Amino acid sequence: MFTPMTEPSTTSTADRIVEVTGLCKEFAGKRVVDDVAFTVLRGQTVALLGANGAGKTTTIAMLLGLLLPTAGSVRVLGEDMVRHRHRVLGRINFSSPYVDLPRRLTVAQNLLFFARLYGVPMPKARIAELAAELDLSPLLRQRIGQLSAGQKTRASLAKALINRPELLLLDEPTASLDPDTADWVRGYLEVYQRRAGAAILLASHNMAEVERLAAQVLMMRRGRIVDRGPPAELIRRYRPRDRRRRPGCPHPG
Amino acid sequence: MTGRVVSAAGFAPSRIAAMVLRQVYLMRASWPRIFELMYWPTIQMVLWGFMTRFLMTNSSYIAQASGVLISAVLLWDVLFRGQLGFSITFVEEIWSRNLPNLAVSPLRPSEFLLSLMTVSLIRTLIGVLPAACLAIVFYQASVFDLGLPLLAFFVVLIVMGWAIGMAVIALILRVGLGAENVAWLAIFLIAPVSAIYYPVSVLPGWLQAVAWCLPTAPVFEGMRAVLIKGVFRTDLLIHAVLLDVLYLTIGAGLFLYSYHVARRRGLLLQIGE
Repeated sequence: MFTPMTEPSTTSTADRIVEVTGLCKEFAGKRVVDDVAFTVLRGQTVALLGANGAGKTTTIAMLLGLLLPTAGSVRVLGEDMVRHRHRVLGRINFSSPYVDLPRRLTVAQNLLFFARLYGVPMPKARIAELAAELDLSPLLRQRIGQLSAGQKTRASLAKALINRPELLLLDEPTASLDPDTADWVRGYLEVYQRRAGAAILLASHNMAEVERLAAQVLMMRRGRIVDRGPPAELIRRYRPRDRRRRPGCPHPG
Repeated sequence: MTGRVVSAAGFAPSRIAAMVLRQVYLMRASWPRIFELMYWPTIQMVLWGFMTRFLMTNSSYIAQASGVLISAVLLWDVLFRGQLGFSITFVEEIWSRNLPNLAVSPLRPSEFLLSLMTVSLIRTLIGVLPAACLAIVFYQASVFDLGLPLLAFFVVLIVMGWAIGMAVIALILRVGLGAENVAWLAIFLIAPVSAIYYPVSVLPGWLQAVAWCLPTAPVFEGMRAVLIKGVFRTDLLIHAVLLDVLYLTIGAGLFLYSYHVARRRGLLLQIGE
């Protein structure tokens, strides 16, 4: 059942965007992430798939350095995220439906603020470029608080791409979106990933989303990676018996 | 890929400027915010201005220097607005659920603190300067009569406000938004022993000892020495500056420790929820 994710031995360190080994996190003695290990290569999209409480968001938080691991190591772009996260934070970015942009600022003000925070060269040109790509141009003067859920997601995505990240971490990128908007966002991420050659790590409980976007899937349950492999392989492996034997596992179809 | 951000390491004033810009956008978008900043200092100044007029004919102490009460009110507001501006700017990031975005950006904790100080300074000046000017118009009482010592008193008080603000933020990081009211109330704990309107000698002996452990008491004693006796007491200023350094160090230590604990417990993601 368990297939280790491996990469060719010729893969250089520079191509290993994320290297996680033996990652554990405990809260009040309860282990919520348990011995997680994986690698994300440059240009690769990897998905953490699991039900709510599986440990996906906690894993992403540790990758970002928002949360300190109890044990194990996280290296992003070659840097230890516990000790030297500030060396690489300008080269990665993050979006989550559980984190908002300041509601009283307009879309343009938000993007300019984050562009300056990330030291983006020629920020206004970059904002215009993203606004055109993400169909945000008519919304630039609107406050974030006035936007619909789909528009907010596009604005958050623009913020997450403002610094042309080499690693993009997305927590539930299409949560609470209608199917059409969700589909549009997935399409855009595919285009961005191909064009920029960035690595993407996304957390999702939506197998359809994972199947479309990810080359590799890490299936998480109760804090552990219980299986991994390409989406098609996992679907083949689980579809017939998933409903009968593993009710706690997200439906991979 | 061209235009990519190459490195964000090291101290960057541009990131502090970005944080200040975000607050300027916020203030610019809402005139009631600007009005609110000016409202209380002006009301306080008006009340104490009338009180001064009354006491001028009924108190030989006030008659010696008509501006002493209004100057005390305005300097106290420097401390109050300085602390509030520092703490509330941080709390606003929690209210807007933006704190995780900042925590995963290249912004360093030291830059975050410096940006809070800058915003606090701007908010304090917006609040206190109009009141100080109106005091000259209404009561012919000018805090600027203090001359250069005013600048020293201003710096000592606002720095003390920042130190208290850091302790307040540390508390909020530890226990969450349940402690946000402390941001409004913390400063009043030290008001009775700060000798704002009366000399330290009025206090009971043991409270005098407490008062001299705060930088506020030597500042207000120093202010009275300038306005009533025309003497600038450098000993009081040095006393206040040394205590300021001590409290700022404690405040920064508490903030950094709480930030570390918040990273260990995952509070940076959950604090607004």
